[in-house]
Amino acid sequence: MAAPPRDDSIALLEKLVAALSAKGIVTEAELAERQARTDQASPETGARMVARAWMDPAYRALMLRDGSAAAEQMGVSMAGAPPLGVLENTPARHHLVVCTLCSCYPRAVLGYPPHWYKSFAYRARAVREPRAVLAEWGTAIPDSVEIRVVDSTADYRWMVLPLRPDGTDGWDEARLAALVTRDALVGVAVPQAQ
Amino acid sequence: MIGSAGTRFAAGDTVRVKADWPELRGPCHVRTPHYLRGRVGQVVRALGAFPNPEDLAFARPAEQRALYHVLFEQQPVWGEGRPGDSLMVEIYEHWLEPAEEA
Repeated sequence: MAAPPRDDSIALLEKLVAALSAKGIVTEAELAERQARTDQASPETGARMVARAWMDPAYRALMLRDGSAAAEQMGVSMAGAPPLGVLENTPARHHLVVCTLCSCYPRAVLGYPPHWYKSFAYRARAVREPRAVLAEWGTAIPDSVEIRVVDSTADYRWMVLPLRPDGTDGWDEARLAALVTRDALVGVAVPQAQ
Repeated sequence: MIGSAGTRFAAGDTVRVKADWPELRGPCHVRTPHYLRGRVGQVVRALGAFPNPEDLAFARPAEQRALYHVLFEQQPVWGEGRPGDSLMVEIYEHWLEPAEEA
């Protein structure tokens, strides 16, 4: 967990908010609304999208064509959020998401990024030696499968649509969603039925 | 889609990321990673148009710039890695120039 904010940081934030309010740029109500929306976002949203895509071909097609629209269908407000793109894993290709320049992350559907996603180590290594990084997670991608690292450098945010694991025939959406972890949604893990 | 302004390149085009280093000329905000400068890749698709972040970051009027998903082989970039592994990165049009197949 991050250290608690320092007193001087809080004082600086309060002065900034007061200045922005005085200039009419933001209101306290807008900040509170945004904070509530951010706090509400969690990987469960992304997991529900994935589970639905596994069950519903039309939703899957929408998700791959327009991730933002697919998120909206799940009740996520994407107004003001960067467009969401969805990367489809296949038996021949695995996607891994990183932001080497900062920490761009699909917060609208995954919530706050984990600390490691923002670390220099992950950002530097994921683009250069993705297989070694994945191996440290215990994620074995066979040599026959291409790894495509998606460096999130600009205006989109990217999430992964993982492969549906074997042994899940007949499972309902909630049970499938429970398999989809936060880490699977950026490609450092792979959903497992066991 | 967020508009479709000025799409100079199409899916499948071979492009080179400009080997430019504006960091050496003064303060700037650039969304093109260092490791891709001068590298040759393939356009995957146009992603729409967005205000140029290089101006946006300094609160200057920002023109819409076309953004592309561009695919690069990992091996030529790093000199290591499994053949066939790749990098897919968002690059703005003004950072790309036409190139021959590598």
